Amino acid sequence: MNKQRLFLFIPLLVFVVLAIFFWRGLSLDPNAMPSALLNKPVPVFELPVLPAPENPSGLVTANQELLKGRVSLLNVWATWCATCRQEHEFLNTLKAQGIPIYGINYKDNNDDAQNWLAELHNPYVFSVIDADGRLGLNLGVFGAPETYIIDKQGVIRYKHIGDVNAAVWENTIKPIFNSLQ
Amino acid sequence: MPLDFVQLAPELGQFALILSLCLSTALFFLPLIGAHYGSHLLMRSGPSLATGFFFFVAFAFFCLTYSFIHDDFSVRYVATNSNSLLPIQYKISAVWGGHEGSLLLWILMLAGWTLAVAVFSRSLPLDMQARVLSVMGFVAIGFLSFILFTSNPFDRILPMPPQDGSDLNPLLQDIGLIIHPPVLYMGYVGFSVCFAFAIAALLTGRLDSAWARWSRPWATMAWGFLSVGIALGSWWAYYELGWGGWWFWDPVENASFLPWLIGTALIHSLAVTEKRSLFKSWTILLAIFTFSLSLLGTFLVRSGVLTSVHAFANDPERGVFILGFLLLVVGGSLTLYALRAPVVKGSTGFGLFARETLLLGNNILLTIIMIMVLIGTLYPLIADALNLGKISVGPPYFNVFFLPLMGLLCLLMAFGPLANWKRTSGKQFLSLLWKPWVISLIFALLFPLFYRDTYEPLAALTVFVASWVFTALIADTLYRIRNGSTLVNGLKKLSLSYYAMVIAHAGIAVTVTGVGLTSIYTEERDIRMEVGQHVQVVEYEFVLNKLVKVEGPNYIADEAQISVFKDGQFLREMKPQKRRYLASGSTMTEVALDVGFFRDLYIAMGEPLTETAWAMRVHLKPFVRWIWLGALMMALGAVLAVADKRYRKAVKQDIQVDLPTGKLLNE
Repeated sequence: MNKQRLFLFIPLLVFVVLAIFFWRGLSLDPNAMPSALLNKPVPVFELPVLPAPENPSGLVTANQELLKGRVSLLNVWATWCATCRQEHEFLNTLKAQGIPIYGINYKDNNDDAQNWLAELHNPYVFSVIDADGRLGLNLGVFGAPETYIIDKQGVIRYKHIGDVNAAVWENTIKPIFNSLQ
Repeated sequence: MPLDFVQLAPELGQFALILSLCLSTALFFLPLIGAHYGSHLLMRSGPSLATGFFFFVAFAFFCLTYSFIHDDFSVRYVATNSNSLLPIQYKISAVWGGHEGSLLLWILMLAGWTLAVAVFSRSLPLDMQARVLSVMGFVAIGFLSFILFTSNPFDRILPMPPQDGSDLNPLLQDIGLIIHPPVLYMGYVGFSVCFAFAIAALLTGRLDSAWARWSRPWATMAWGFLSVGIALGSWWAYYELGWGGWWFWDPVENASFLPWLIGTALIHSLAVTEKRSLFKSWTILLAIFTFSLSLLGTFLVRSGVLTSVHAFANDPERGVFILGFLLLVVGGSLTLYALRAPVVKGSTGFGLFARETLLLGNNILLTIIMIMVLIGTLYPLIADALNLGKISVGPPYFNVFFLPLMGLLCLLMAFGPLANWKRTSGKQFLSLLWKPWVISLIFALLFPLFYRDTYEPLAALTVFVASWVFTALIADTLYRIRNGSTLVNGLKKLSLSYYAMVIAHAGIAVTVTGVGLTSIYTEERDIRMEVGQHVQVVEYEFVLNKLVKVEGPNYIADEAQISVFKDGQFLREMKPQKRRYLASGSTMTEVALDVGFFRDLYIAMGEPLTETAWAMRVHLKPFVRWIWLGALMMALGAVLAVADKRYRKAVKQDIQVDLPTGKLLNE
């Protein structure tokens, strides 16, 4: 076989390499928790707290240290997110049960966010304002809503993508949540 | 009790699909064996088998449509994608609203193209036609097995069918979605014909000008459909997704754009192969790539390896199947290519400024753009597979390379039509192109000055690129008719395919103008609008008159009635809606648009703030229509090119000339 013909195999080789990646890709869930952050502490942050008329926290800024001490939920939300609105009522129910929920107001408008909490009630201990999405990026947020389970040492134990409803809570989150107590 | 057609339709449809799988298997084997052993009988079976294949697929499609129209919710696919309240036109378009049905549409298109090959390629040498049809049959086997084994649209929910369906996704209840998928699939699947021609050429070794001339109309037609399909998708996203963008570099959009880029390279490369018998291996490779990218798009959209706003309900089993098929088709054809493609001899047959060089430049640029888009699309997947973390690639990445490369491509585009084959003198370019250059430059520098108060240098650049392409086309046309007695006589003498080229290239200029000026001059206001309140956007004034509740067939909506004034003069009333669909409970934004040649006014309702106030999104989008107008011009160019008489005439000559000799590849 002459040398030039070997060059004609290049497209085939490129395709074979791509096909291997596709094969790997099939067994990976694009929504799965990146293993890098599971069982790692919440990334370091220092962000302003969203003023909330109902159940105000009294904080101006907050950091990851405040999440320590008790098992809690960390919920990523935004007013532009339609599913967050569906989820919100169930978060209020959880708050009534005494579950501590921290909020990350993700890439949102402050006024909208405050109106939202005033109108739909505030289930959060506090919500930090992640206007440029930097904390979201560090957490590996795909989109709102997402909910993380944080243990007493401030370590991420679970990540849920999509809304938290009664079924998700009972079947998935609550068992993990209780096991960490 | 006698069974009527409604009850039988799903089973009949299923049976028709099984029969068409049998026929396509026969279509793969019989003509190929016939071509190998020189059996005329077997080779001639191709067109009949293709006809039968088309008939049974069309019948299956009809059966599924029938089940939709008659609300047969015992069929799982109908129950998940339709509802008894759905208007009739959406019941029909819901047939391709989900994974299974859109796959059936894909196969219907494939059957249609196969039939078209059988009908319109009678003048081809019999063994060539037999091999082309056989490859089409092979592709059909893959997709028919896929639908029958993993995604059957005729599955029943028995014995307890639901009372009513769960409704079509409201996003898809729209005229854009009635026509977007069929047109897009026509383009996607149309490239399977070029692919089949390329494989047939590799198998026979007959790879000459005649081969290129046979392939050209098919490539051009598929490309035209794909252009319109992509434009329709962009148009639909613009007014239906409710946020006013028209291109998001979303994986699924990219999946349709990749074959378009390589298809564009292919139609140009085919021209060189036809006219000058050059770039043969390259053209074959492009033909394989174009269809491979269409298949890749199908894989990406339906396997769940990438997340996207468009992604279908995903299923790993389906992903494995398509990947297997992809390996077989792409891997097989690239292996065949590596073994059989002609090796390029090291002789240069053309000069630096020749049309060949420019078309080569076009091909290289388009291929680079394709590779960059492909990398951007697949990078999240590759990074994930290599454990580099979850990464998403956004518009900034794409814009950084796409815009400069596309600009460069357009600058070169002006030279292409003017250049001669073999060689063009620099003087000729200079004498023909200095006027367009100067005119474009002056126009471009003045445009931003008069258009808005602030001077936008990028707008000047956009206008320059577009008018450079346009004026160079005019200069070329004038040059070509310089010997005509009158202007009209001269214009009459130009061939249809020349007009096709002019219109398609002008279409690019129009799209470039639209993309550039819309991006630069769009005014967006996200505002709180109270009843009676006035809002000013450049020279337009918006007044919210009142908020009302409106009832539709399967939804209820909040509607805002807004009066629009231009420079104090009443222009019209606009009525955006926020709809809540009853069956699914999902809400949808219905945008109000005032469409114009030079600008669109765009109002979308956000969230209710109080009883009398809503968050509204008001856009002024200059030149946005030009994006899609340009795509339509490209498609018109494609139609004219295919209609050119020379294909029909030329084919007859070739049969006499090429059939007996049929050059071998490695001679």
